[in-house]
Amino acid sequence: MRLENKVAVITGGTSGIGEAVAELFAREGARVAITGRNESRGHAVMARILEAGGEAIFLRTDVRKAAECQRAVDETLRSFGRLDILFNNAGVFSPQTALECSEEEWDLQIDINLKGTFLMSKYALGPMIAQGGGVIINNSSGWGIVGGDKAVAYCASKGGVVLLTKAMAVDHGRQGIRVNCICPGDVDTPMLPEDARLRGLDWKTYLAGCQNRPLGRIGTVDEIAKAVLFLASDDSSFMTGAALVVDGGGTAD
Amino acid sequence: MQLAGRVSGKVALITGGASGIGRATALLFAHEGAAIALADVNADAGRRVADEITQSGGRVFFDTVDVTRAADCQRLVERAIREFGRIDILFNNAGITRRATVLDLSEEDWDRVMAVNVKSIYLLSREVIPHMQKAGGGTIINTASGWGLAGGAKAAVYCASKGAVVLLTKAMAIDHGPQNIRVNCVCPGDTDTGMLREEAQQLGEENSRFLAEAAKRPLGRVGTPEEIAQAALYLASAASSFVTGTALVVDGGGLARSL
Repeated sequence: MRLENKVAVITGGTSGIGEAVAELFAREGARVAITGRNESRGHAVMARILEAGGEAIFLRTDVRKAAECQRAVDETLRSFGRLDILFNNAGVFSPQTALECSEEEWDLQIDINLKGTFLMSKYALGPMIAQGGGVIINNSSGWGIVGGDKAVAYCASKGGVVLLTKAMAVDHGRQGIRVNCICPGDVDTPMLPEDARLRGLDWKTYLAGCQNRPLGRIGTVDEIAKAVLFLASDDSSFMTGAALVVDGGGTAD
Repeated sequence: MQLAGRVSGKVALITGGASGIGRATALLFAHEGAAIALADVNADAGRRVADEITQSGGRVFFDTVDVTRAADCQRLVERAIREFGRIDILFNNAGITRRATVLDLSEEDWDRVMAVNVKSIYLLSREVIPHMQKAGGGTIINTASGWGLAGGAKAAVYCASKGAVVLLTKAMAIDHGPQNIRVNCVCPGDTDTGMLREEAQQLGEENSRFLAEAAKRPLGRVGTPEEIAQAALYLASAASSFVTGTALVVDGGGLARSL
């Protein structure tokens, strides 16, 4: 097992990539604290991990709120005694141009995707530094390195995540903290059909567009989870400040 | 030998496998269950690596190969197919450096570096890809460099060659993705290999001073060949099944400040 004796916090762990990462980390021996806003989904993920013989807790957390982030870190330390891995994964997306995006929708995406990453890292870094090291993995996006259509706030937030990753890597490398991000392409999560619906596209047409990349398909949440596992484990011990693109070749051109 | 290794039952062809990153990768892939076709120009060191793998129960052959020669590449691939029946993983790792500005660089050195670092990838890939296509897929990993993404001092041809490796990687990923062949590169930062010491020598710098300078990065140290090998293993294994056309930077944060 590749994460034996490790403790991981996974934000947005109640569905999609976060859920897959929580289950994979637990299988690899980590004790996991799952955060999210949806209590019933969070408890369902936790229950599945416990049934499979893993250790997990669910902490209802809105990563936009500093006090809730602080509490999530405190509760993790209280339950598990340490904190080795933080996966900043909570994220939202709505398809809008700058003309269409309301100020509220802008704030929502920036605050969850980017500020939430800052807040969780701010509170997790202290205990990690005190115990001599740790790993932070941020979920950015292919659209954090190239632009996309109708995605102004999302692109801005994810581009911010890439550079926040590098800045924190520079600041905390000497304290034994590695900070990296992943940049997934289109992945089989609930976010995808939701995007199709909001764009007013039928699923078949939308999916065909997503599949138009060298590997000819969208990714699975498990494929993203394995990239996160690589960055969380000692296999990546010389990696920090990197953006790992996992997109079936979508940004190769 | 592990039964449930992460590249169990796979065949990996590794160039520049006699030392440094290539050697560490050959040992790791063999440990994780792959049969290894090992190539290098340095026959003595190459045979020693092959012996090490054999002694720990792995399957391997070593071939003395100049990867800049088409005939050598063809012969190497034919032998791998003859002995192991397939090639699942191609690790194009052979590389050299010449630390000089364009003013101080001879045309012969330019040609030599470009041939070893870049043309070899083309020569081997065109031999290996048809076999991967027939088998239904495969994965190619090229050793680029942090200096394939950002410039460095007195390294004109090295930067040119590694920049070419990054974009050759992406171009091949686009061409061969539909055939389920994934093509990625690793971009190591300064790593504790013979090449690092040779660079100090080429620059006329004292070794300890050069190494202290190389350690100036967020993690405060140079990398080990084993750490780069782990990155190559990730790209070679099914764990990276949705990853293609990517440049995986493994540099202790050296490039976090660069564009």
